This record gives sequence, C-alpha cells and structure tokens, in this order.
Amino acid sequence: MSGLFRRLAPRTGAVIPFTIDGAPAEARAGDLLLAAILLHRRSLRRFEFGSGERAGYCLMGACQDCWVALADGRRVRACTTPVEPGMPVVTGVADG
Amino acid sequence: MAEPVVAIVGGGPAGLRAAQVLAEAGLRPLLLDEGHRAGGQIYRRPPAGAERPATELYGFEAGRARALHDLADALAPRIDHRPGTMVWGIAPREPVGFDLDCLGPAGHGRIPVDRLILATGAMDRTLPFPGWTLPGVFTLGAAQIALKAQGMAIGRRVALVGAGPLLPLVAHQYAKAGATIVAVLDVTPLGAKVAAAPRLAAMPATLAKGVWYTLRGALRGVPVRAGVRAVAVEGDRQVEALAWEDSRGRRHRVPCDAVGASFGLRSEAQAADLAGCRFVFDPLTRQWQPERSAEGRSSHAHVYLAGDGSGIGGADVAELQGARTALALLADLGRPRDAAREARLDRRLDRQAGFRAALEAAYPYPHHLVEGIADDEIVCRCEGITAGAIRRTATERDAREMNRLKALTRTGMGRCQGRVCGHAAAEILALTLTVPVEAVGRLRGQAPIKPIPLREPA
Repeated sequence: MSGLFRRLAPRTGAVIPFTIDGAPAEARAGDLLLAAILLHRRSLRRFEFGSGERAGYCLMGACQDCWVALADGRRVRACTTPVEPGMPVVTGVADG
Repeated sequence: MAEPVVAIVGGGPAGLRAAQVLAEAGLRPLLLDEGHRAGGQIYRRPPAGAERPATELYGFEAGRARALHDLADALAPRIDHRPGTMVWGIAPREPVGFDLDCLGPAGHGRIPVDRLILATGAMDRTLPFPGWTLPGVFTLGAAQIALKAQGMAIGRRVALVGAGPLLPLVAHQYAKAGATIVAVLDVTPLGAKVAAAPRLAAMPATLAKGVWYTLRGALRGVPVRAGVRAVAVEGDRQVEALAWEDSRGRRHRVPCDAVGASFGLRSEAQAADLAGCRFVFDPLTRQWQPERSAEGRSSHAHVYLAGDGSGIGGADVAELQGARTALALLADLGRPRDAAREARLDRRLDRQAGFRAALEAAYPYPHHLVEGIADDEIVCRCEGITAGAIRRTATERDAREMNRLKALTRTGMGRCQGRVCGHAAAEILALTLTVPVEAVGRLRGQAPIKPIPLREPA
C-alpha cells in the first residue's frame, strides 16, 4: 500500500537503501528517518499502552511520539535522525 | 581575569542574534543546539541533500531566513557551536554558575558555564479531539516542517485546523508547493479577526500575509472556514475523514488521509525551570512562563531569556530579544554599554508587543474545544491517559494541582514530560474544579527533560 507522506520536491541525491520489517525500501540523501518510513508506510510503530499505531506528531523533537526500534537493538527518535544506508527499521505493524 | 563562559541554549532566531552580540563583544559563546544546522524551527534548514532555494522554502520570509543562515555561517569561527546537542539537565554550581548535562554527537558530557542564555523556542499547543492520536494527525508545525525540511506533504489529501496565524500560513505554503488541501478550519470566530483587523494591518510582513481573506481566493472550491467547532477525525486504523460543525451548527465532513491541527503555541520552558527561574502566569496565552524583564533578565542573576521559550512573540521578536538580552548580559559583566543600540531595540520590541496583543485578540482561546473533550478521549498521548481519568482523579482523590494529578494518574510523566498534554490537562482540571486555570499550577520540569537513550550510536 502507499505511504502517508507525499514527496513534492524531487531529490537528486544518492539513493539510500534501508529496510522496513525486513522488506527493502529506498530513501534519498537528506531524508529524515521518519519521512523515509512514512513515504512507504502509514505508521511508524505500535502504541505500547493501548490499541492503534503512531506516526509521529510534532516533527521537532519535542513530543517523543516517533521513537522507532532498529533490529540492531538501537532505538532512535525518527524525526531528528537522518536515514542511514542499511538501517533495519522494525515497526511491528503489519503492512496493509 | 578569565573570560566568563556563556552558554546559549537554542540556535534559532533568538539564540543566533544573542551569539552575534556576544561575539561582537569579543566573547566566544557556546551555542548548544539540538538542530543539526543552526536556524531553529521557523527558519529550519533542510539536511544536506534536501536543500532547496530559500524563496521556495520560506516564501515571504526568505530574506530573513537567508540573513539568519548567513549569520550562522559567519559566526561559525567566532563561537563554539555544538549542533545536534541536547541539554537535558542543568544543575547549579558552587559558588555560581551551572553544570550543563548534554548529549551530543560525541556522547554524554558535562559542561561548566558561568552564565546562561536560554532561547529554547516553542512548540505547537495541542488540545485533544476525537481521532487526534490516529497516525496521520500531526501538529501544524509538523506539517510545516515536513514541507520545509523534507519537501514533503503529510498526506495526499490534507486538512488543516488551527487557532492562530500558523493556520493560514501553512495552508498558503502547502497550496503553493502543490499539495492537495481539502479544508482549512479555524476554531476561532471570524468576528475576532475583523475586530482586530485595524491593529493587524500595521503588522510585520510575516503576519500580515497570513490574513484570512487572501487564502479564500487562492483555494477556490476548498472549505476555508472560521468559527468552526466540534472538530473530529474519523477513521479506524488511519485517518479517513475530518468532520466539523460550522458557525451555524451544520455538520460537514471531508475525506482526507492526513490532518495538521494545533491551537497556538506554547513555550518550551523546562530548561528555565531546571535553572531555577521563577515563573509567572500569562493570562493572554494562558500559560506559565519564566519571568523575563524587558531587557531579557530572568529572576536568576545568571540566567537570561530570549524568544518564544519565555513568551510567545514570533521570530521577529525573538531576533530582537536575542540581541537585547545579550546586551543586558554584557552590561552585567561590566562591559561598556551602547545606550543607543539598547534604546533602538527597546523601541522596536515595544512596537511588537502591540502587534502581539492584537494577534492574540484575533485568535481568542478556543474554550469550546476544552468543554467538548469527552471522558474517553486520550489526553496524555504518551501513555493513553483519558480526560475521564483526570476528571475522576480531580473529584474523587482531591487532585487540585498539576503535580498531584501527575503523581496520581501519570499525566505528564511519559516520554514527552507533559509538553503535549500539560496544557490540556491543566485546562480540564481547572474546568472540573471550577477554578481559574492558573490556580492548578504547572508541571515542574525534571531532568532529563527529554529521553536519553541508554545505548548510544557508536
């Protein structure tokens, strides 16, 4: 299914391969992790205190809604973290 | 005598202007900024690889944004700039000064400083409404950052809701960038804007262009409405539609997949709290803010304040205050004063205060949204605590004050430390107890003011 975000300004920089729940995905140089994920998916993570999913909220590092897990054990705040080649994002959310 | 160590927290318009004044006086201030590139949020610079022309990114403010970014580049060799650095703790030192606990690219560190200028900025003020925790609902500020920092829209069909000048501004920017806007809804009445119009007409360009009417022409066929009530996002797993009630009580609904919604701004003041500053309640914006003199002094002899972090004034005011507070600091260090420059800044700040009052009058506080919050609505989005839980705790367990409410319900104890829910929780608590909102106090700031990962990137 399509992602939530829509790219309006084309990017000419390098393609950055990463993975979301094991599936290959592509970002562009200059993409923050939050945007890179939301170009492909409609949420970033499950809400751990109830039902539903979350996709971030303030995008300025204040609300802490966008912390995502990486398969290597790291947890990162996706709105302030640039996407890096090979980042293995784990959302725990079924795509679709 | 050794030069005093002055640290500026925040690299937006206020922090950069403060750094400029200190550098001109021969000091080498520390500039600690969470951003990867100086500029702050309103003039946020895209990451490397995502650059675009300033006129596309900042529109009317391109000149100001460029001037500030050029200033940041010019200052680089004359200040100790630490980008990507979060100040998460501030502890007093004996006999004077502070230890700043920081987390930056090189890991954790503790920096001793003599004086502090806090220019910590603001974030969107939020209120709960049905569906506001669905993925795809963001703040207006977030919608703007997606566009400015990433060249992206938050959705394919975007609805925008607000109670301040950011609403028409974001709508205008989205429309100009080619995004699809399906509704622009102001929860404050049109009459307030009409009444304030004569005073708003003299406003700086940043705000004047946000005037409501121009937007209607630009977004033909799209509902652009003021006086909207009972806003609700519909959808099960994701955003499917936005519903609202118009000023005549009729219900409307428009399909969409993303919503940008927030209701004014709130100061990011937790650092000032840790530094020991006294707070005062500002009835105009209904929030507690660190007490700041006209020159930018706080209640603490070694702490100075500038910009939205100590009172919402916008970017132009932040620049003026940044310069002004740095001059006050230099005066306190016994440096020669430039009375003419001080007076010039004071005059300009005086004029801005009038604009600000008119602007707040144009966008009065949306009490109807607070009154309409249902018991099952999530208020604390970190931990899912509802309005009903807050109301029950207020009446059944005698929680008459915000920190007691926090202790009993965990409201404001989650990851965001009450940044998002604190304002709404106070309004709900005050309404339940039928007391003025200032009577329930404010959440105390506690270190770490933002989450610190236990395991850092190597």
